[in-house]
Amino acid sequence: MSTIEAHFHLSLGSFELKLELQLPASGFSVIAGSSGSGKTLLMRCIAGLERPQFAYCKVKDTVWEDSLRGDYLATYQRPLGYVFQESCLFPHLTVQQNIDYGRQRIRLKAVREIEAVIELLNIGQLLKRYPAKLSGGEKQRVAIARALAVEPQLLLMDEPLAALDQAHKYEILPYLRRLQTELQLPVIYITHSPQEMTQLADHVVLMEQGKVRASGELQAVLTRLDLPLAQSQRASSVFTVEVSAYDAEFQLLYLQFSGGVLTVPHMSLPKGSQVRLQIYARDVSLHSQPPMALEAFNSLPAQVLAMLDQAVGYTTVSLQVGRELLLAQITRKTASLLQLAVGQYIYAEIKTAAILS
Amino acid sequence: MLGAEDWTAIFLSLKLAGLTTVLLLLIAIPLAWHLAQTQGWWKTPLNALVALPLVLPPTVLGFYLLILLGPKGWIGQMMQAVGLETLPFSFNGLLLASMLYSLPFVVQPIQAVFSSFDKRLLEAAMTLGAHPLDAFLTVVLPLSKQGFLTATVLGFAHTIGEFGVVLMIGGNISGETRVVSVQLYNHVEAMNYQAAHGLAALLVLFSFAVLLSLYYLNRGK
Repeated sequence: MSTIEAHFHLSLGSFELKLELQLPASGFSVIAGSSGSGKTLLMRCIAGLERPQFAYCKVKDTVWEDSLRGDYLATYQRPLGYVFQESCLFPHLTVQQNIDYGRQRIRLKAVREIEAVIELLNIGQLLKRYPAKLSGGEKQRVAIARALAVEPQLLLMDEPLAALDQAHKYEILPYLRRLQTELQLPVIYITHSPQEMTQLADHVVLMEQGKVRASGELQAVLTRLDLPLAQSQRASSVFTVEVSAYDAEFQLLYLQFSGGVLTVPHMSLPKGSQVRLQIYARDVSLHSQPPMALEAFNSLPAQVLAMLDQAVGYTTVSLQVGRELLLAQITRKTASLLQLAVGQYIYAEIKTAAILS
Repeated sequence: MLGAEDWTAIFLSLKLAGLTTVLLLLIAIPLAWHLAQTQGWWKTPLNALVALPLVLPPTVLGFYLLILLGPKGWIGQMMQAVGLETLPFSFNGLLLASMLYSLPFVVQPIQAVFSSFDKRLLEAAMTLGAHPLDAFLTVVLPLSKQGFLTATVLGFAHTIGEFGVVLMIGGNISGETRVVSVQLYNHVEAMNYQAAHGLAALLVLFSFAVLLSLYYLNRGK
């Protein structure tokens, strides 16, 4: 599988960025971490906007930067798209001219029709306007279109939703998900919103003080008990399930995966479609016995993989359910009553689950 | 009311101010960008140096130029050594002096817009495949229009109004260095007050019109 390699060592005053990162060259890689952890700096290094003391950056088969060999592509020579936190549209150009700006400068002949991107982001009616006449959400959609118009081999997005209010966030999220499914384009996406991460990420990189704390598939990072994500009040696990049936009378969706079948109240979805399911750890309870047949909804056999005591009387348990990983947050008393131990087989009851896509 | 000599002086002033402004703009763009971007130790001294003509009596500037550029000055001697005519009491000398004299009026407004320019727009242009120079020409310059307008108007008007420098380095040669302000001085010296009135009134009108248009331009932004 082709990859993106990013090795940087950069000292800026008292801050030091030092990491060796390998990311899949497909899907969404989300970079998370508190502010000041070096997320933006890492992205700027990848784009060539910073000149680290040591740098090695390779995207698929092309080396963008190798400071040991003196290889360096300037930012304008790198086939990338960059979406800034503030849209950074050119105020003296119309939306159409903003989109054309990069397009007129790419050396390779345009392959994809720009119309598809304009339609994907639903900005056709805005083309003649100037940025000052756009709402925050519209600006960001145009900025994304402008970055996509140069047909990049890598799309970098630095908290593209951070400057937007909640309503506008919900306006953009669906477009980002369509990006993921319709364009075969690797995306590196910075956020500190757990919500955006669980909705979008395939791969997650957790940063801390200029270093990589963890890097791996979303599910693996979410369920690692030694990381802050699993220790928080809103710890959750995410996995993909397939729609197998719909009960119209009770409006229940039947979702199938390697660990069994779950039911979730939801509107109807086409049979066979894949959806992402998020289950909060505190919505999972554990039982030593299989449930009575009549109540046997959403109770799945599971095996305990690891346990970690949290603050004030709680224990977080990571479980294997089929091929997926599930987190449960139970009281320490329950854990003691169940005599919970690593390797033990038990039953996990999922009280509620949210469909993300 | 205005005589042939007056018109010669007016056209000379316009030619001098026009050339001075155009040449200064060309110099001011890289200089102002450098001053706006650099963090080097030389930033503050260079800023002070650029601002010097604002506070210096024009005669001081003219005096030193005369010494430097004259046949005994080291620049004057160098010019003579390569077979060039010395600059004092010529239009070219006046042009050079005017450029020094009006430098801060052109550099400072441009530096002000460059300093407040959002650098992320430049970076955005580079991520869209624009060479830094290309990005500068297509993003920075169009968005700094206001500063250029102010610089052009101030540089032009200030050059029209110079007097002390002209007397020192230019002298009083008709069609070569006798600009409007000097012509006015000549009229007064000759007690020809009626002719002086004509030129003086014209300069008042001109200056007022310039400032008026400048304030309208700035208000309209």
